[in-house]
Amino acid sequence: MSSPEILLELTAITLIRGRRHLLQDIDLQLARGEIVTLIGPNGAGKTTLLRVALGLLAPTSGEVQRKAGVRIGYMPQQLQIDPTFPLTVKRFLAMNNRAQQERMLPLLEEVGADQVLDSPLQNLSGGEMQRVLLARALLREPELLVLDEPVQGVDVHGQIDLYQLISRVREQRNCAVLMVSHDLHLVMSATDRVLCLNGHICCSGTPEAVTSNPAFIEMFGLQAIESLAIYSHDKNHRHDNCSGCKDGSHAR
Amino acid sequence: MLDDFVLRALLGGVGVALIAGPFGSFVVWRRLAYFGDTMAHSALLGVALGFLLHLNLTFAVILVCQMLALLLFFGQRQRFLASDTLLGIFSHGALSIGLVVLASLDGVRVDLMAYLFGDILAVGRADLGWIFGVGGVVLAGLLWLWRPLLAITVHEDLARVEGVAVDRVNAAFLLLIALTVAIMMKVVGLLLVTSLLIIPAATARRFACTPEIMAVFASLIGCCAVGVGIYGSFHFDTPAGPSVVVAASLLFLLGLLFPQRVNEGSRKVR
Repeated sequence: MSSPEILLELTAITLIRGRRHLLQDIDLQLARGEIVTLIGPNGAGKTTLLRVALGLLAPTSGEVQRKAGVRIGYMPQQLQIDPTFPLTVKRFLAMNNRAQQERMLPLLEEVGADQVLDSPLQNLSGGEMQRVLLARALLREPELLVLDEPVQGVDVHGQIDLYQLISRVREQRNCAVLMVSHDLHLVMSATDRVLCLNGHICCSGTPEAVTSNPAFIEMFGLQAIESLAIYSHDKNHRHDNCSGCKDGSHAR
Repeated sequence: MLDDFVLRALLGGVGVALIAGPFGSFVVWRRLAYFGDTMAHSALLGVALGFLLHLNLTFAVILVCQMLALLLFFGQRQRFLASDTLLGIFSHGALSIGLVVLASLDGVRVDLMAYLFGDILAVGRADLGWIFGVGGVVLAGLLWLWRPLLAITVHEDLARVEGVAVDRVNAAFLLLIALTVAIMMKVVGLLLVTSLLIIPAATARRFACTPEIMAVFASLIGCCAVGVGIYGSFHFDTPAGPSVVVAASLLFLLGLLFPQRVNEGSRKVR
């Protein structure tokens, strides 16, 4: 089997804003047909790295190489459309894509949002919005899909559906997918490689390899405690005496 | 029978309303009301400069507005000050400098009220020339930028990834807005320019389901407001610029009586 074509390559990317090192020495390679997921806590630089990869943000140092003329489909984290802006899904999809109407409906059916074709964008539920955004990215027949938190604002069932949808899209189109995820567990079944980010790359590899990596366990252990802390009875709990969380047993 | 000056006032007002519709729509969609205010306030600096340097006043206003638009375009890229703070500084700074300079000019007596609130009944042939000449150019420019501007309004980064030259389009749009404000000032005055941009657009929103329809409706509603306002001003002997804005506000209130027309019912049930 010949090695697949590299669509995106980041080499030693460092981004400094003021005194903060937002990204530090990051290498990333993405080949056709591959799904790579960036995970990490808030402020870890996940979205920043995506923006660097897309060419929206220039790194302080390092190199971004995209395959020449690569078609990119981008799904932003959130649309903030003013309620005064009258825009239907149909019109939104037609923007910037000289897409024919006849391609729109099958695509919306594929992502499971065909029922909203004529709805105003502001009326969509979280799940419908994500699907419509994905459809717009797919309209460009992308070789590289860049998804910023594709399951944001979606309930758990919807999240599983969306990750399955993304896997299916990859299989059918053989495109590369680079996505950011906040979620720690559901995403593992839908990705080939995981990059655990916290300014720098803490660890990376297949989901199996990463989930057993001490750096990963430490990061997720802490994060799991933080999310559990909302329900915790003891406000003064400390991470270091909460060893039960560190083995990931709270992972759901 | 209409007097000549009433006819000119109507023509000028309608011209300005036609331009204000589509621009006002963008001002509303992109939340640029404060930006419009800043542009308008800086116009007084233009007037002062015009007197000081013996320039054509409209030309001087256009010049200052354009320069401020460029300043703001670059100013908003810095992260030191929030953009509304920056706008506030420019807006009130420019207005006050304008007032101070005007007051200190020897031998120049300026009808300040005419600049602040407009003097539509004094619109002359030359003004009509400016309004329709520059207005035509400005509308043509907006038409040219229409699609990329809509894309940027939805999501700047998405537009960029999809190949829109976001910075160039934004800069061009700011320059067009500056021109629009400069010619609108004649009719409603610099303090009321923003109102004629946003009130008709906000009124039109209830009746529009596409951006284009909203822009056209905003123009038409603006024209109505101009007609009603000038008629009222004539009839009740009230100042014309504010009367136009009062008419626009009344139309907005009237619009609230109608149900909002969004196609919510069109969602297919599976």
